[in-house]
Amino acid sequence: MLAIIDYGMGNLGSIQNMLKKVGVRATIASDPAIIDAAAKIILPGVGHFAAGMKNLKERGLIEALRRNVLETKKPTLGICLGAQLLTEFSEEGNVEGLGFIKAKTLRFQLDDATLKVPHMGWNLIAPQKSSPLLEGLSSQSRFYFVHSYFLKAESPSDILTKTHYGFDFASALEHQNIFAAQFHPEKSHKFGMRLMKNFADLRLN
Amino acid sequence: MLRTRVIPVLLIQDGGLYKTQRFKDPKYVGDPINAVKIFNEKEVDEIIVLDISATRENRGPDFNLIADIATECFMPFCYGGGVKSIDEMKRLFSLGAEKIALNTSAVETPHLIQEAADLFGAQAIVASIDVKKSWLGKYEVLTRCGQTKVKQDPITLAQELEKLGAGEILINSIDHDGLMTGYDLKLIKSMTDAVRVPVIACGGAGSVEHFQQAVKEAGASAVAAGSMFVFHGKHRAVLITYPEPSIVESIGR
Repeated sequence: MLAIIDYGMGNLGSIQNMLKKVGVRATIASDPAIIDAAAKIILPGVGHFAAGMKNLKERGLIEALRRNVLETKKPTLGICLGAQLLTEFSEEGNVEGLGFIKAKTLRFQLDDATLKVPHMGWNLIAPQKSSPLLEGLSSQSRFYFVHSYFLKAESPSDILTKTHYGFDFASALEHQNIFAAQFHPEKSHKFGMRLMKNFADLRLN
Repeated sequence: MLRTRVIPVLLIQDGGLYKTQRFKDPKYVGDPINAVKIFNEKEVDEIIVLDISATRENRGPDFNLIADIATECFMPFCYGGGVKSIDEMKRLFSLGAEKIALNTSAVETPHLIQEAADLFGAQAIVASIDVKKSWLGKYEVLTRCGQTKVKQDPITLAQELEKLGAGEILINSIDHDGLMTGYDLKLIKSMTDAVRVPVIACGGAGSVEHFQQAVKEAGASAVAAGSMFVFHGKHRAVLITYPEPSIVESIGR
């Protein structure tokens, strides 16, 4: 069973709809006991970083996440704000994140005035390393993005994919059992379906 | 590189899918769920569903219908029509909508835009503005499906709504609606010059050429169309279509 963490930030509905479509059983979880019982974790989220951290804290989820992600090392996928929360710090609200992955969340500063922030719409991902998460996907796979802040990894070896918007930013990170996707696989047609299925099928040694 | 979004706009009335011309003469197109399934198979960039009977009938969103649509949408889904409260918005997002378009309530209760943007993020809030030319040739904003005239001009209104937190502007020309002869480029250009958030052009698209014009000449970030994706030929036979990925790819290049 896969646990989708509910901390009051964003549409769990679309993630559940897509997992159902690809035949994966998932439960929406806001109770640490359910997270402890789950085999994998999805941390979704849309909205403000500081509000996201505050909600995780208020619901007493931080310790449960730390235990399951860092100690038990369950495969974990952060999506959009959920991906950013896995980093150490965000410029959105200038607050600390969960710090599960050595990276920071920075605001887009684009020189080209024709490029709007947020980066909103369909863009391509360029894989930087081979990963079970990207099986069946290529640099021609497109994903839906909507974000004003981006992930900056400390170590280039943690960068899973890059995407171009004014410059090449890390659109997904991978570190051991932790995956962070800035884009929305749950809203990215067959490409997203494949990625979600890959995550559900993932077996880590 | 970011693609220009090409967005089908579906109009719902009494649970059916309709298409209007100049906001009048709604023609029945078919079952909305079926249409969404087909658009999903065609891998459209995004979809906007507007319930044009909600405000008129003074009711809220049809949540059952929206739930059915959302489960078939594996692309971003924007809903508009009859939304008047944060509670309704929460329910729409939990069903799987990504964005909510506010039109009448953006004008009548602008604080709702601000509250919603604070709570759900600006990217989730689309300000939808319907515009008609007066007999003097002046652009006027109409709400309640083209029934009620608003005192602000489209630009002033859009700037106010942007300031309140709207993340996108959906600009629709009532005069061009359903005619398939091209967008009102002057209107769109004036809008894209005046706001910093993405502008979605709507009203009048009949060809990929029109999409190009909206992007290249008028600066639109995304292009929306209704008739072009549901009608075929001069007799307006119902046929759901969407340009091939390579064509969508080329728009704005």
